[in-house]
Amino acid sequence: MDISFALTGKGYVLVAADTTAARSIIKMKSDEDKIKVLSPHLLMAFSGEPGDTVNFAEYVERNLRLYHIRHTYPLRPASAASWIRRSLAESLRSRSPYSVNLLLGGYDTATHTPELYWVDYLGTMTSVPFGAHGYGSYFALSLLDRYHDPEAGLEEGLAALRRCIDEVSKRLVVSPGKYKVKVVDKDGVREIEL
Amino acid sequence: MSRSYDRALTVFSPDGHLFQVEYALEAVKKGTCAVGLRGKDVVVLGVEKKSVLQLQDPRTVRKVAMLDDHICLAFAGLNADGRVLIDKARVECQSHRLTVEDPVTVEYITRHIAGIQQKYTQSGGVRPFGVSTLIVGFDPNDTRPRLYQTEPGGTYSAWKANAIGRSSKTVREFLEKNHKDDLSRDETIKLTIKSLLEVVQTGAKNIEINIMESYGKITALEQSEIEAAVQEIEREKEAEAERKRSRLAATAAGQAAMSQAVPGQ
Repeated sequence: MDISFALTGKGYVLVAADTTAARSIIKMKSDEDKIKVLSPHLLMAFSGEPGDTVNFAEYVERNLRLYHIRHTYPLRPASAASWIRRSLAESLRSRSPYSVNLLLGGYDTATHTPELYWVDYLGTMTSVPFGAHGYGSYFALSLLDRYHDPEAGLEEGLAALRRCIDEVSKRLVVSPGKYKVKVVDKDGVREIEL
Repeated sequence: MSRSYDRALTVFSPDGHLFQVEYALEAVKKGTCAVGLRGKDVVVLGVEKKSVLQLQDPRTVRKVAMLDDHICLAFAGLNADGRVLIDKARVECQSHRLTVEDPVTVEYITRHIAGIQQKYTQSGGVRPFGVSTLIVGFDPNDTRPRLYQTEPGGTYSAWKANAIGRSSKTVREFLEKNHKDDLSRDETIKLTIKSLLEVVQTGAKNIEINIMESYGKITALEQSEIEAAVQEIEREKEAEAERKRSRLAATAAGQAAMSQAVPGQ
Protein backbone atom coordinates (compact mmCIF):
# COMPACT_ATOMS: atom_id res chain seq x y z
CA MET A 1 0.00 0.00 0.00
CA ASP A 2 3.05 2.25 0.30
CA ILE A 3 3.27 5.03 -2.22
CA SER A 4 6.47 6.81 -3.14
CA PHE A 5 7.43 9.32 -5.82
CA ALA A 6 10.69 10.87 -6.82
CA LEU A 7 11.74 13.31 -9.50
CA THR A 8 14.85 15.17 -10.55
CA GLY A 9 15.08 18.87 -11.28
CA LYS A 10 17.80 21.42 -11.86
CA GLY A 11 20.42 20.45 -9.27
CA TYR A 12 18.11 18.56 -6.95
CA VAL A 13 16.14 15.36 -6.46
CA LEU A 14 12.77 15.36 -4.72
CA VAL A 15 11.71 12.22 -2.90
CA ALA A 16 8.26 11.80 -1.38
CA ALA A 17 6.65 8.92 0.46
CA ASP A 18 3.38 8.51 2.33
CA THR A 19 3.56 8.27 6.11
CA THR A 20 0.99 5.61 6.91
CA ALA A 21 1.93 2.35 8.52
CA ALA A 22 -0.97 0.00 7.90
CA ARG A 23 -1.77 -3.60 8.56
CA SER A 24 -4.54 -5.19 6.56
CA ILE A 25 -7.30 -2.56 6.54
CA ILE A 26 -6.14 -0.86 9.75
CA LYS A 27 -4.05 2.30 9.89
CA MET A 28 -1.58 1.81 12.76
CA LYS A 29 0.34 5.03 12.46
CA SER A 30 0.31 8.13 10.30
CA ASP A 31 3.75 9.67 10.84
CA GLU A 32 6.07 6.91 9.70
CA ASP A 33 9.24 8.09 7.97
CA LYS A 34 9.85 5.91 4.94
CA ILE A 35 12.74 7.94 3.54
CA LYS A 36 16.14 7.14 4.96
CA VAL A 37 19.06 9.54 4.79
CA LEU A 38 21.93 7.25 3.80
CA SER A 39 24.75 9.75 3.54
CA PRO A 40 25.16 13.53 3.32
CA HIS A 41 23.91 13.53 -0.27
CA LEU A 42 21.85 10.37 -0.56
CA LEU A 43 18.19 9.57 0.12
CA MET A 44 16.32 6.30 -0.10
CA ALA A 45 12.55 5.86 -0.10
CA PHE A 46 11.63 2.27 0.69
CA SER A 47 8.40 0.34 0.39
CA GLY A 48 7.32 -3.28 0.45
CA GLU A 49 6.93 -5.91 3.12
CA PRO A 50 6.79 -4.17 6.52
CA GLY A 51 9.75 -5.25 8.61
CA ASP A 52 11.82 -6.15 5.58
CA THR A 53 11.84 -2.52 4.56
CA VAL A 54 13.23 -1.04 7.77
CA ASN A 55 15.60 -3.94 8.28
CA PHE A 56 17.04 -3.61 4.81
CA ALA A 57 17.22 0.18 4.98
CA GLU A 58 19.18 0.05 8.23
CA TYR A 59 21.49 -2.60 6.82
CA VAL A 60 22.23 -0.39 3.83
CA GLU A 61 22.65 2.68 6.02
CA ARG A 62 25.27 1.02 8.23
CA ASN A 63 27.19 -0.42 5.30
CA LEU A 64 27.38 2.90 3.49
CA ARG A 65 28.46 4.60 6.73
CA LEU A 66 31.18 1.98 7.16
CA TYR A 67 32.35 2.68 3.62
CA HIS A 68 32.43 6.39 4.38
CA ILE A 69 34.52 5.92 7.53
CA ARG A 70 36.88 3.47 5.86
CA HIS A 71 37.56 5.60 2.81
CA THR A 72 36.98 9.15 4.15
CA TYR A 73 34.62 9.80 1.24
CA PRO A 74 31.08 8.42 0.88
CA LEU A 75 30.03 6.30 -2.08
CA ARG A 76 28.73 8.31 -5.01
CA PRO A 77 25.06 7.75 -5.90
CA ALA A 78 25.76 5.52 -8.89
CA SER A 79 28.06 3.24 -6.89
CA ALA A 80 25.71 3.17 -3.92
CA ALA A 81 22.83 2.22 -6.20
CA SER A 82 24.89 -0.59 -7.71
CA TRP A 83 25.82 -1.91 -4.31
CA ILE A 84 22.22 -1.79 -3.09
CA ARG A 85 20.94 -3.47 -6.23
CA ARG A 86 23.45 -6.25 -5.82
CA SER A 87 22.47 -6.73 -2.18
CA LEU A 88 18.86 -7.15 -3.27
CA ALA A 89 19.80 -9.50 -6.12
CA GLU A 90 21.81 -11.68 -3.73
CA SER A 91 19.01 -11.58 -1.21
CA LEU A 92 16.51 -12.67 -3.89
CA ARG A 93 18.55 -15.83 -4.45
CA SER A 94 18.85 -16.60 -0.75
CA ARG A 95 16.53 -18.62 1.45
CA SER A 96 14.79 -15.52 2.80
CA PRO A 97 14.74 -12.72 0.27
CA TYR A 98 13.92 -9.13 1.15
CA SER A 99 10.84 -7.82 -0.64
CA VAL A 100 11.73 -4.17 -0.73
CA ASN A 101 11.31 -1.60 -3.49
CA LEU A 102 13.41 1.51 -3.52
CA LEU A 103 13.77 4.98 -4.97
CA LEU A 104 17.30 6.21 -4.54
CA GLY A 105 17.88 9.92 -4.97
CA GLY A 106 21.30 11.48 -4.66
CA TYR A 107 23.42 14.43 -5.61
CA ASP A 108 26.80 13.58 -7.06
CA THR A 109 29.18 16.12 -5.53
CA ALA A 110 31.93 15.21 -8.00
CA THR A 111 30.00 15.84 -11.21
CA HIS A 112 27.39 18.16 -9.65
CA THR A 113 24.47 16.23 -11.05
CA PRO A 114 21.29 15.02 -9.38
CA GLU A 115 20.70 11.32 -9.86
CA LEU A 116 17.70 9.09 -9.35
CA TYR A 117 17.53 5.31 -9.44
CA TRP A 118 14.48 3.10 -9.47
CA VAL A 119 15.15 -0.27 -7.84
CA ASP A 120 12.75 -3.13 -7.14
CA TYR A 121 12.90 -6.30 -5.04
CA LEU A 122 13.95 -8.41 -8.04
CA GLY A 123 17.15 -6.45 -8.33
CA THR A 124 16.05 -4.35 -11.29
CA MET A 125 17.75 -1.02 -11.40
CA THR A 126 17.30 1.87 -13.81
CA SER A 127 18.44 5.42 -13.79
CA VAL A 128 15.32 7.55 -14.34
CA PRO A 129 14.35 11.24 -14.48
CA PHE A 130 11.31 10.45 -12.32
CA GLY A 131 9.91 7.32 -10.73
CA ALA A 132 7.27 5.90 -8.44
CA HIS A 133 6.41 2.76 -6.53
CA GLY A 134 3.09 1.37 -5.38
CA TYR A 135 -0.44 2.24 -6.51
CA GLY A 136 0.60 5.86 -6.87
CA SER A 137 2.71 4.96 -9.88
CA TYR A 138 -0.45 4.32 -11.98
CA PHE A 139 -1.28 8.02 -11.77
CA ALA A 140 2.08 9.64 -11.22
CA LEU A 141 3.99 8.21 -14.16
CA SER A 142 1.60 9.58 -16.77
CA LEU A 143 1.39 12.93 -14.98
CA LEU A 144 5.15 13.25 -14.68
CA ASP A 145 5.50 12.16 -18.30
CA ARG A 146 3.53 15.27 -19.16
CA TYR A 147 4.71 17.74 -16.50
CA HIS A 148 8.24 16.73 -15.54
CA ASP A 149 11.03 19.05 -16.59
CA PRO A 150 14.62 18.11 -15.71
CA GLU A 151 15.54 21.80 -15.80
CA ALA A 152 12.76 22.91 -13.47
CA GLY A 153 13.48 24.86 -10.29
CA LEU A 154 12.50 23.56 -6.87
CA GLU A 155 9.09 25.31 -6.83
CA GLU A 156 8.14 23.87 -10.21
CA GLY A 157 9.30 20.45 -9.09
CA LEU A 158 7.18 20.69 -5.97
CA ALA A 159 4.21 21.74 -8.10
CA ALA A 160 4.63 18.61 -10.25
CA LEU A 161 4.88 16.52 -7.11
CA ARG A 162 1.72 18.13 -5.73
CA ARG A 163 -0.12 17.21 -8.92
CA CYS A 164 0.79 13.56 -8.39
CA ILE A 165 -0.25 13.59 -4.75
CA ASP A 166 -3.52 15.40 -5.50
CA GLU A 167 -4.36 12.96 -8.27
CA VAL A 168 -3.77 9.99 -5.98
CA SER A 169 -5.95 11.58 -3.28
CA LYS A 170 -8.67 12.16 -5.86
CA ARG A 171 -8.70 8.81 -7.63
CA LEU A 172 -7.31 6.13 -5.36
CA VAL A 173 -9.84 4.39 -3.11
CA VAL A 174 -7.34 3.83 -0.28
CA SER A 175 -5.30 6.99 -0.60
CA PRO A 176 -2.96 7.87 2.23
CA GLY A 177 -3.44 11.21 3.96
CA LYS A 178 0.02 12.59 4.52
CA TYR A 179 3.34 12.59 2.72
CA LYS A 180 6.86 13.30 3.79
CA VAL A 181 8.99 15.09 1.24
CA LYS A 182 12.75 15.32 1.28
CA VAL A 183 15.08 17.02 -1.14
CA VAL A 184 18.75 16.47 -1.82
CA ASP A 185 20.90 19.05 -3.58
CA LYS A 186 24.40 20.50 -3.37
CA ASP A 187 23.82 21.56 0.24
CA GLY A 188 22.81 18.07 1.33
CA VAL A 189 19.52 16.68 2.52
CA ARG A 190 16.56 18.52 4.02
CA GLU A 191 12.89 17.99 4.65
CA ILE A 192 10.25 20.11 2.95
CA GLU A 193 6.69 20.82 4.08
CA LEU A 194 4.32 20.48 1.18
CA MET B 1 66.86 -23.79 26.43
CA SER B 2 64.24 -21.06 26.28
CA ARG B 3 64.23 -21.43 22.49
CA SER B 4 61.42 -23.97 22.52
CA TYR B 5 59.09 -21.54 24.25
CA ASP B 6 59.47 -19.06 21.43
CA ARG B 7 57.97 -21.36 18.86
CA ALA B 8 54.31 -21.86 19.73
CA LEU B 9 53.14 -18.74 21.43
CA THR B 10 50.31 -20.29 23.37
CA VAL B 11 52.89 -21.97 25.54
CA PHE B 12 54.09 -20.45 28.80
CA SER B 13 57.75 -20.41 29.65
CA PRO B 14 58.49 -22.05 33.04
CA ASP B 15 58.76 -18.68 34.74
CA GLY B 16 55.33 -17.62 33.49
CA HIS B 17 56.20 -15.49 30.47
CA LEU B 18 54.56 -15.46 27.10
CA PHE B 19 57.57 -14.53 25.00
CA GLN B 20 55.64 -13.65 21.83
CA VAL B 21 53.56 -11.13 23.73
CA GLU B 22 56.67 -9.58 25.15
CA TYR B 23 58.22 -9.40 21.70
CA ALA B 24 55.05 -7.68 20.50
CA LEU B 25 55.60 -5.08 23.20
CA GLU B 26 59.11 -4.62 21.82
CA ALA B 27 57.61 -3.97 18.39
CA VAL B 28 55.41 -1.32 20.00
CA LYS B 29 58.45 0.36 21.53
CA LYS B 30 59.99 0.60 18.06
CA GLY B 31 56.91 2.36 16.69
CA THR B 32 56.53 6.12 16.53
CA CYS B 33 55.33 7.88 19.66
CA ALA B 34 51.67 8.74 20.32
CA VAL B 35 50.34 10.85 23.18
CA GLY B 36 46.82 11.15 24.53
CA LEU B 37 45.79 13.87 26.94
CA ARG B 38 42.47 14.50 28.64
CA GLY B 39 41.54 18.08 29.54
CA LYS B 40 38.45 19.45 31.24
CA ASP B 41 36.12 19.04 28.27
CA VAL B 42 38.53 18.18 25.50
CA VAL B 43 40.75 15.27 24.61
CA VAL B 44 43.81 15.59 22.42
CA LEU B 45 45.75 12.99 20.44
CA GLY B 46 49.25 13.87 19.37
CA VAL B 47 51.39 11.61 17.23
CA GLU B 48 54.92 11.64 15.94
CA LYS B 49 54.85 11.39 12.17
CA LYS B 50 57.64 9.60 10.38
CA SER B 51 59.15 11.86 7.76
CA VAL B 52 57.82 10.68 4.43
CA LEU B 53 60.17 10.11 1.55
CA GLN B 54 60.51 12.88 -0.95
CA LEU B 55 58.30 11.27 -3.60
CA GLN B 56 55.79 9.69 -1.20
CA ASP B 57 52.23 10.94 -0.76
CA PRO B 58 52.02 11.91 2.92
CA ARG B 59 48.21 11.54 2.98
CA THR B 60 48.54 7.79 2.64
CA VAL B 61 50.54 7.45 5.85
CA ARG B 62 48.11 7.70 8.72
CA LYS B 63 48.51 6.88 12.38
CA VAL B 64 45.28 8.36 13.68
CA ALA B 65 42.03 6.84 12.51
CA MET B 66 38.40 7.62 13.11
CA LEU B 67 36.50 4.58 14.32
CA ASP B 68 33.11 6.28 14.41
CA ASP B 69 31.70 9.82 14.58
CA HIS B 70 32.78 10.19 18.19
CA ILE B 71 35.83 7.95 18.60
CA CYS B 72 39.42 8.27 17.42
CA LEU B 73 42.28 5.84 17.68
CA ALA B 74 46.04 6.29 17.49
CA PHE B 75 48.41 3.38 17.51
CA ALA B 76 52.09 2.65 17.87
CA GLY B 77 53.79 -0.42 16.46
CA LEU B 78 53.40 -2.36 13.24
CA ASN B 79 51.41 -0.30 10.77
CA ALA B 80 49.87 -3.25 8.98
CA ASP B 81 48.67 -4.80 12.23
CA GLY B 82 47.21 -1.48 13.26
CA ARG B 83 45.27 -1.22 10.04
CA VAL B 84 43.69 -4.63 10.49
CA LEU B 85 42.72 -3.82 14.06
CA ILE B 86 41.21 -0.48 13.04
CA ASP B 87 39.11 -2.15 10.37
CA LYS B 88 37.77 -4.71 12.83
CA ALA B 89 36.91 -1.90 15.25
CA ARG B 90 35.13 0.13 12.57
CA VAL B 91 32.99 -2.83 11.58
CA GLU B 92 32.10 -3.38 15.24
CA CYS B 93 31.10 0.27 15.65
CA GLN B 94 28.59 0.02 12.80
CA SER B 95 27.46 -3.45 13.80
CA HIS B 96 26.74 -2.15 17.31
CA ARG B 97 24.65 0.68 15.86
CA LEU B 98 22.75 -1.78 13.69
CA THR B 99 21.92 -4.16 16.52
CA VAL B 100 21.12 -1.81 19.38
CA GLU B 101 20.52 1.48 17.49
CA ASP B 102 23.06 3.25 19.69
CA PRO B 103 26.63 4.35 19.08
CA VAL B 104 29.30 2.47 21.00
CA THR B 105 30.76 3.89 24.19
CA VAL B 106 34.49 4.47 24.29
CA GLU B 107 34.92 1.77 26.89
CA TYR B 108 32.90 -0.72 24.85
CA ILE B 109 35.04 -0.37 21.74
CA THR B 110 38.24 -0.37 23.81
CA ARG B 111 37.13 -3.59 25.43
CA HIS B 112 36.30 -5.03 22.04
CA ILE B 113 39.71 -4.13 20.61
CA ALA B 114 41.47 -5.47 23.70
CA GLY B 115 39.37 -8.62 23.35
CA ILE B 116 40.60 -9.12 19.79
CA GLN B 117 44.19 -8.55 20.88
CA GLN B 118 43.78 -11.08 23.69
CA LYS B 119 42.28 -13.65 21.33
CA TYR B 120 45.44 -13.48 19.22
CA THR B 121 47.55 -14.49 22.22
CA GLN B 122 45.53 -17.60 22.96
CA SER B 123 44.71 -19.23 19.63
CA GLY B 124 46.77 -21.45 17.40
CA GLY B 125 48.46 -20.43 14.17
CA VAL B 126 48.35 -16.71 14.83
CA ARG B 127 50.70 -14.14 16.33
CA PRO B 128 49.75 -11.24 18.57
CA PHE B 129 49.10 -7.75 17.18
CA GLY B 130 52.28 -5.71 17.37
CA VAL B 131 50.39 -2.59 18.35
CA SER B 132 49.36 -0.62 21.40
CA THR B 133 46.49 1.79 20.93
CA LEU B 134 45.25 4.99 22.48
CA ILE B 135 41.51 5.39 22.11
CA VAL B 136 39.86 8.75 22.73
CA GLY B 137 36.34 10.02 22.44
CA PHE B 138 33.08 10.96 24.07
CA ASP B 139 30.28 8.67 25.14
CA PRO B 140 26.86 9.41 23.68
CA ASN B 141 24.93 11.94 25.81
CA ASP B 142 27.97 12.69 27.95
CA THR B 143 30.35 15.62 28.10
CA ARG B 144 33.29 13.93 29.78
CA PRO B 145 36.26 13.17 27.55
CA ARG B 146 37.63 9.61 27.65
CA LEU B 147 41.08 8.16 27.10
CA TYR B 148 41.90 4.47 27.05
CA GLN B 149 44.92 2.39 26.19
CA THR B 150 45.17 -1.19 24.94
CA GLU B 151 48.23 -3.43 24.73
CA PRO B 152 49.19 -6.50 22.65
CA GLY B 153 48.40 -8.83 25.54
CA GLY B 154 44.81 -7.59 25.58
CA THR B 155 44.96 -5.46 28.70
CA TYR B 156 43.14 -2.15 28.65
CA SER B 157 43.04 0.77 31.04
CA ALA B 158 41.72 4.34 31.38
CA TRP B 159 44.08 7.30 31.73
CA LYS B 160 44.22 11.04 32.31
CA ALA B 161 47.25 11.23 30.05
CA ASN B 162 49.45 8.60 28.52
CA ALA B 163 52.00 7.86 25.82
CA ILE B 164 52.82 4.77 23.76
CA GLY B 165 55.59 3.86 21.36
CA ARG B 166 59.16 5.08 21.08
CA SER B 167 60.46 6.72 24.29
CA SER B 168 56.99 6.53 25.77
CA LYS B 169 58.55 6.24 29.23
CA THR B 170 60.22 9.63 28.92
CA VAL B 171 56.99 11.21 27.72
CA ARG B 172 54.91 9.57 30.45
CA GLU B 173 57.32 10.79 33.12
CA PHE B 174 57.11 14.28 31.62
CA LEU B 175 53.31 14.08 31.71
CA GLU B 176 53.35 12.83 35.30
CA LYS B 177 55.40 15.88 36.25
CA ASN B 178 53.35 18.43 34.32
CA HIS B 179 49.78 17.14 34.18
CA LYS B 180 47.09 19.06 36.03
CA ASP B 181 43.40 18.26 36.29
CA ASP B 182 40.84 20.28 34.33
CA LEU B 183 43.17 21.72 31.70
CA SER B 184 41.58 24.11 29.22
CA ARG B 185 41.54 23.39 25.50
CA ASP B 186 44.63 25.46 24.71
CA GLU B 187 46.54 24.19 27.72
CA THR B 188 45.79 20.59 26.76
CA ILE B 189 47.01 21.12 23.21
CA LYS B 190 50.13 22.90 24.43
CA LEU B 191 51.02 20.22 26.95
CA THR B 192 50.52 17.53 24.29
CA ILE B 193 52.90 19.29 21.92
CA LYS B 194 55.34 19.99 24.74
CA SER B 195 55.42 16.36 25.77
CA LEU B 196 55.90 15.22 22.18
CA LEU B 197 58.79 17.65 21.77
CA GLU B 198 60.58 15.68 24.49
CA VAL B 199 61.12 12.91 21.94
CA VAL B 200 60.57 14.50 18.54
CA GLN B 201 63.77 16.29 17.66
CA THR B 202 62.66 17.53 14.28
CA GLY B 203 59.92 19.74 15.74
CA ALA B 204 56.61 20.81 14.26
CA LYS B 205 56.87 19.14 10.87
CA ASN B 206 56.83 15.68 12.41
CA ILE B 207 53.92 16.28 14.77
CA GLU B 208 50.24 15.73 14.11
CA ILE B 209 47.58 16.90 16.55
CA ASN B 210 43.92 15.88 16.62
CA ILE B 211 41.46 17.48 18.99
CA MET B 212 38.07 16.19 20.03
CA GLU B 213 35.96 18.79 21.78
CA SER B 214 32.58 17.17 22.14
CA TYR B 215 30.59 14.31 20.72
CA GLY B 216 31.51 14.05 17.05
CA LYS B 217 33.52 17.29 16.88
CA ILE B 218 36.99 16.40 15.69
CA THR B 219 39.51 18.82 14.27
CA ALA B 220 43.09 18.38 13.13
CA LEU B 221 45.49 21.19 13.95
CA GLU B 222 46.95 22.94 10.90
CA GLN B 223 50.69 22.67 10.39
CA SER B 224 51.05 26.44 10.87
CA GLU B 225 49.22 26.25 14.21
CA ILE B 226 51.51 23.49 15.42
CA GLU B 227 54.54 25.51 14.31
CA ALA B 228 53.25 28.55 16.21
CA ALA B 229 52.76 26.45 19.35
CA VAL B 230 56.23 24.93 19.02
CA GLN B 231 57.78 28.37 18.66
CA GLU B 232 55.92 29.63 21.72
CA ILE B 233 57.11 26.64 23.74
CA GLU B 234 60.68 27.22 22.60
CA ARG B 235 60.49 30.89 23.55
CA GLU B 236 59.26 29.94 27.00
CA LYS B 237 62.02 27.41 27.38
CA GLU B 238 64.60 30.02 26.39
CA ALA B 239 63.19 32.57 28.81
CA GLU B 240 63.32 29.95 31.54
CA ALA B 241 66.95 29.14 30.67
CA GLU B 242 67.77 32.86 30.64
CA ARG B 243 66.28 33.30 34.10
CA LYS B 244 68.26 30.34 35.33
CA ARG B 245 71.48 31.76 33.85
CA SER B 246 71.00 35.18 35.42
CA ARG B 247 70.10 33.60 38.76
CA LEU B 248 73.24 31.48 38.54
CA ALA B 249 75.32 34.53 37.65
CA ALA B 250 73.84 36.44 40.58
CA THR B 251 74.70 33.72 43.06
CA ALA B 252 78.19 33.40 41.55
CA ALA B 253 78.72 37.14 41.90
CA GLY B 254 77.47 37.02 45.46
CA GLN B 255 79.84 34.23 46.28
CA ALA B 256 82.74 36.09 44.71
CA ALA B 257 81.94 39.20 46.73
CA MET B 258 81.79 37.09 49.89
CA SER B 259 85.16 35.50 49.25
CA GLN B 260 86.68 38.90 48.52
CA ALA B 261 85.27 40.28 51.70
CA VAL B 262 86.93 37.59 53.81
CA PRO B 263 90.62 38.63 53.44
CA GLY B 264 89.72 42.22 54.26
CA GLN B 265 88.45 41.26 57.71
